[in-house]
Amino acid sequence: MKGAAATVRASYRSWLARPRSATVRRLRRRLRQVRDRYRHSLQLRVTTATLILCAVVVSVLGYILMQHLVAGIYANMQQTAKIISDEGLATAGNATDFSEPPNPTSRQAMWHLTQNLASTGGTPYAVEVTLLPQFQGPPVYSSGYTVGFYRSRPQFPQKLISDVYTEWKGRGHVAQRPVSQWASMALASSPRPVPGLLIGAPFGSDYELYYFFPLAAEQQTIASIQQSLLVAGIAVVFLLAAIAWLVTRWVVVPVRLAAQGARRLSAGELHQRMEVRGSDELAALATSFNEMAASLQEKLEELEDLSQVQRQFVSDVSHELRTPLTTIRIASDVMFGARDSMDPAAGRSAELMQGQLERFESLLTDLLEISRYDANAATLDAEPVDVCTIVLQSADIAQQLAERRGTRIEFRLPAEPCIAEVDRRRVERILRNLLLNAVEHGENRDTVVTVAMDSAAVAVSVRDYGVGLRPGEEQLVFDRFWRADPARARTSGGTGLGLAIALEDARLHGGWLEAWGESGQGSVFRLTLPRVVGGDLHGSPLPLRPLPLTAVADGLAAGDAVAADGTAAGATASGSAAVGTAAVGPDAVADTAEAADAAEPAGPSGQAATSGAASRG
Amino acid sequence: MRDMKGRVLVVDDDAALAEMLGIVLRGEGFEPTFVADGDRAMDAFRDTKPDLVLLDLMLPGMDGIDVCRQIRAESGVPIVMLTAKSDTVDVVLGLESGADDYIVKPFQSKVLIARVRARLRRTDDPAPETLTIGDVTIDVAGHSVQRAGEPLNLTPLEFDLLVALARKPRQVFTREVLLEQVWGYRHAADTRLVNVHVQRLRAKIEKDPERPEIVVTVRGVGYKAGPG
Repeated sequence: MKGAAATVRASYRSWLARPRSATVRRLRRRLRQVRDRYRHSLQLRVTTATLILCAVVVSVLGYILMQHLVAGIYANMQQTAKIISDEGLATAGNATDFSEPPNPTSRQAMWHLTQNLASTGGTPYAVEVTLLPQFQGPPVYSSGYTVGFYRSRPQFPQKLISDVYTEWKGRGHVAQRPVSQWASMALASSPRPVPGLLIGAPFGSDYELYYFFPLAAEQQTIASIQQSLLVAGIAVVFLLAAIAWLVTRWVVVPVRLAAQGARRLSAGELHQRMEVRGSDELAALATSFNEMAASLQEKLEELEDLSQVQRQFVSDVSHELRTPLTTIRIASDVMFGARDSMDPAAGRSAELMQGQLERFESLLTDLLEISRYDANAATLDAEPVDVCTIVLQSADIAQQLAERRGTRIEFRLPAEPCIAEVDRRRVERILRNLLLNAVEHGENRDTVVTVAMDSAAVAVSVRDYGVGLRPGEEQLVFDRFWRADPARARTSGGTGLGLAIALEDARLHGGWLEAWGESGQGSVFRLTLPRVVGGDLHGSPLPLRPLPLTAVADGLAAGDAVAADGTAAGATASGSAAVGTAAVGPDAVADTAEAADAAEPAGPSGQAATSGAASRG
Repeated sequence: MRDMKGRVLVVDDDAALAEMLGIVLRGEGFEPTFVADGDRAMDAFRDTKPDLVLLDLMLPGMDGIDVCRQIRAESGVPIVMLTAKSDTVDVVLGLESGADDYIVKPFQSKVLIARVRARLRRTDDPAPETLTIGDVTIDVAGHSVQRAGEPLNLTPLEFDLLVALARKPRQVFTREVLLEQVWGYRHAADTRLVNVHVQRLRAKIEKDPERPEIVVTVRGVGYKAGPG
């Protein structure tokens, strides 16, 4: 049974999957709509099921009822026919004219008997009185007389005639038992044959009597009963379906309301409650829903309070720590200023203290920033600004470091300003971090900063050609206090929280911060921000992984290989190198965008991003 | 610059920090006076008539914000806030209550001195000059501003901001440029300073601060003086 259903389903699927013309496709879409509708609506399903089941039950009941009625009517009719025909036979048998074999007076007698037996009352029938077949001819020359038949000599079924003859022979001139058969005969009242009951019997010495009872009236009755039953049945089926629809509505509407309430609740409307009516199961559902909502609200408020406490604590710690630190800082400044007049040991101590105080301060600042994020206390202070300007401004410290190392930061900026609603302070902080990291890990090679924009998003990518990242490190880099190589000394004294804060900053904007890297090929950090606050990101105007890398050799994505321009040093990358990309963006959306990115360089936006870049640096 | 003396009122409850600030300020030739309590800050202010106030935001007694408002109600003296909170809300609240500038703890002594000097620096003898934007007339030498003949009461900082914009009408100033010209910052710092003070300035000089006609925002860039 299960197997059969599966086969049907499979064949239905393959039928759906077949390529068709436009009309069929439209039909298929319609079908799919109906199917979805059916699948998603309990009410529709219950109503349909009720409709089908009721139709089956009513049909079966109607059929049985009809059989009974018809059988009753026919039996009734047969009985009437029997009474009339028995009466006729008795009359015929009693007539002395027929006790003799046929003779010339028989014609007269048969005619009289026919007229005598003709239909008089409410039951219409036809009668024939005739001679047995072998006596027809001389000396009587008569085939008998009829009343009510269409033709004077009706054509009776051969079987009935022979049955009557057998009866006559068997009874030995004592005519009694009539023989009956269902047959269609033409009547004077209706030239077209009508079905009816034909009764024949031998009587007298050599005579036969035939009765025909048409079923016309009975058939009319049956037809009208059938019609009424059909109408009543259809009405009952639809009424029951309507009742089922209404009843399911009673159940489904509160369930729908509960679903809606739950949806709103999950969307953050914690005050959402259901109306409780009565004390039935649905009321219980509403009550439990409300209890759940209340407890959820309570828990959330508790959490909020905790977070409030945490925020207050952070703020207090901040104040309490910062005031003494300020005193220490200024004192250190004073001592540092006077170090030339101190003895060498004290002077060097003042220098060390000054340096470490700076480190301590930036660590404290970063820690407070992170705890602000942890407490959900970070707020976005967005205003429309030109992201290109921010890029250039944030590069100052990185520029100084680059100059000291004898490298360059190359800017590829679009000609027109990239206005976006962002928090200038946070974006500056992100970019400062990315640039500083790029220069620091760039192995004295140039760093390339590219900015691009489309209608929804603005993206900044920072590319370095340094040591790059090992597989899996694309996500680790955003971890707090993560170090690529714990043994390696830091040169610029980063706190280890920079990228973690940068990632939080990007998320606060509803944007993405993603990393790509490969051992020996350098790395790319791409920041993508929506151009309006609260805007959705569906993709980035810039590719994350550099264009001409291993895609050709790996045969990963055809789109990736199209626009190879040979700018990157990684063009010689070996085919075996695994390209590790990681979406550290908000969620799975980033992942799908990533997949789109793979094909993007061939697309118009990817092209515009690179060819539209004008050097401003 | 050594000759530029000034009385500085330090309102801070932390004795060590106050003493340290005193050492640095004296070293730079300023005359510091101290008050450790918000409630006594106003009396000390009226007694000493300082040229500048260094005000800690968190004080016992009266809150730093309230002290700031009260001083602003009486005088346009430069107020530099010392704050341990760098959150936007706290900073903006402080600036909106009338502070000209703020320094986030912990700070370096040279930053403090630079900010104090910047607030005290005045062009020694400005040439007689009258600027006009819309119906606002500025007498640069006389340090006065009138709108349709009505004198307007601006703090020195607001005055400087207005003059900087009015000297080059229709030129768009970025927030960074204004920070450098008006506040004396070398490196781009917090542009919220500019935003808040532009709001304060508009509240005084515009007919309808919601639809400014004298100090106009240029979306994505900065501000400029005059319409269109």
